[in-house]
Amino acid sequence: MKVEIEEFKCVGAGHCVVAAPEVFDQRDDDGVVILLDADPPEHEHENTREAAQLCPAAAILLLEKATST
Amino acid sequence: MSGAVTDVLVVGASAAGLATAEALRRKGFTGSLCLVGEEPHAPYDRPPLSKKVLTGQWTAEQAALRPPEVIAALDADVVLGARASGVDTAAAEVELEDGRRLGYGHLVIATGLVPRVLPAFAGLAGVHTLRTVEDTAALRADLLAAREVVVLGAGVLGCEIAATARALGLRTTMVDPAPLPMVAQVGAEVGGFLADLHRDQGVEVLTGTKAHAPVVADGRVTGVVTSAGTLDADVVVVAIGSTPATGWLADSGLGIDDGVVCDSRCRAAENVWAVGDVARWHHEGWDRSARMENRTNATEQALAVAGNILGADRAYTPVPYFWTDQHGVRVQVHGDLLGGPLRVVDGDPRDRKFVAVAERDGAVVGVVGWNSAKGVRTARQLITADHR
Ligand SMILES: Cc1cc2nc3c(=O)[nH]c(=O)nc-3n(C[C@H](O)[C@H](O)[C@H](O)COP(=O)(O)OP(=O)(O)OC[C@H]3O[C@@H](n4cnc5c(N)ncnc54)[C@H](O)[C@@H]3O)c2cc1C
Ligand code: SF4
Repeated sequence: MKVEIEEFKCVGAGHCVVAAPEVFDQRDDDGVVILLDADPPEHEHENTREAAQLCPAAAILLLEKATST
Repeated sequence: MSGAVTDVLVVGASAAGLATAEALRRKGFTGSLCLVGEEPHAPYDRPPLSKKVLTGQWTAEQAALRPPEVIAALDADVVLGARASGVDTAAAEVELEDGRRLGYGHLVIATGLVPRVLPAFAGLAGVHTLRTVEDTAALRADLLAAREVVVLGAGVLGCEIAATARALGLRTTMVDPAPLPMVAQVGAEVGGFLADLHRDQGVEVLTGTKAHAPVVADGRVTGVVTSAGTLDADVVVVAIGSTPATGWLADSGLGIDDGVVCDSRCRAAENVWAVGDVARWHHEGWDRSARMENRTNATEQALAVAGNILGADRAYTPVPYFWTDQHGVRVQVHGDLLGGPLRVVDGDPRDRKFVAVAERDGAVVGVVGWNSAKGVRTARQLITADHR
């Protein structure tokens, strides 16, 4: 799984950080998402999918086909 | 397509409808899925419409919810530009305006809202409401040619449109009978901060003021008669709220009462569900019915509905959350700010950067932050489970 973020869309809601704290963080000043892991390990996939779905700005894009190595 | 039966038929192809389809697939649903939407466009997001699409910083295309390949990967029949005109729950069929009938195993109602209009202003050139990309393009074109705009309504949408109009350099007046902007959503204290913010940015804030009638010349609005006098206007935006888009369900036998009435599972009837702005469901945590008009509810409720379609049988008990952007300030609200007095826990409202909590009986029931995304997220965890 590959994770991409469209930073310009992010509204700093932080849903992604709550759902997948290993994969996402937020900048201190404006709350914009920081991608911690663009190729998260298998055990983070479900959390990451949850984050992508919950993001109210549709700012998280998942490319499922790319297998993580 | 007559006679076709889909396992799950979603009517309304926007935030809530699309999220329901996505959640079903993510939870392993392999049945057939059909998404019907009245708008001709691929699903797009509405919050940017009053913000960066209206200022012109974004194109309308940038508000798309998902890239085409992600929607294609849903393996759903996406029928756009098709309006549902009725439902026969006994036959488990939805009728489209063009006469097609679509059978369903489960029906998900996700038709959102329709903006309220003021009859005296309806149909006049220069008068706008804002819900769709077309509305946004029309309003933007008129704003670019205008000098003065009057925004009727100082709710979340009215405040955002007023801020955007100021950013475009227009003389801007906001009119509302309520005593303060957004007072119904954020209470008097934060409403007061918002009034100050708008005034500092040059918006004339006429609260406690009623709009009576338009001033019209040659079919075009040129002003508004209000209880505070007559205001000149090249453009008038009516942002006085919206009503659930349930007209097509009038003969369905489903319970309609300011939304599609649902139980705590978001179920309106056997195999019929509602999600997003249109859904009124029984919030078990509050022990009363609720309907939310915010973006996060659209996705969270979609997750709940998808789970319940697949048999989870779980009550939906969210803590509401919304954000709004006005004059470069991002306001974020979790829970219920009207539930008790506010206490500032970080920063200072005078700096327009702070976090405050609303407390009732010693428990935190709401959190508000201005330009404090991380602080808000942390404080949100203080909202205790029994106040959800
Ligand atoms: C300009 C604007 C700015 C906003 N800003 C914010 C914000 O900053 N923060 C926030 O939290 N929320 C915001 N919101 C609210 C948020 O966008 C909504 O809560 C969200 O769009 C709800 O999604 P929904 O899918 O339930 O309804 P909608 O987005 O309204 O989608 C319903 C869809 O159903 C279609 N439909 C209706 N009737 C039929 C029919 N009979 N047959 C077929 N299709 C039909 C409609 O055409 C529409 O595409 C904003 C809303 C607007 C309009
Ligand atoms: S959930 Fe979305 S909008 Fe919120 S911080 Fe994460 S990426 Fe940004």
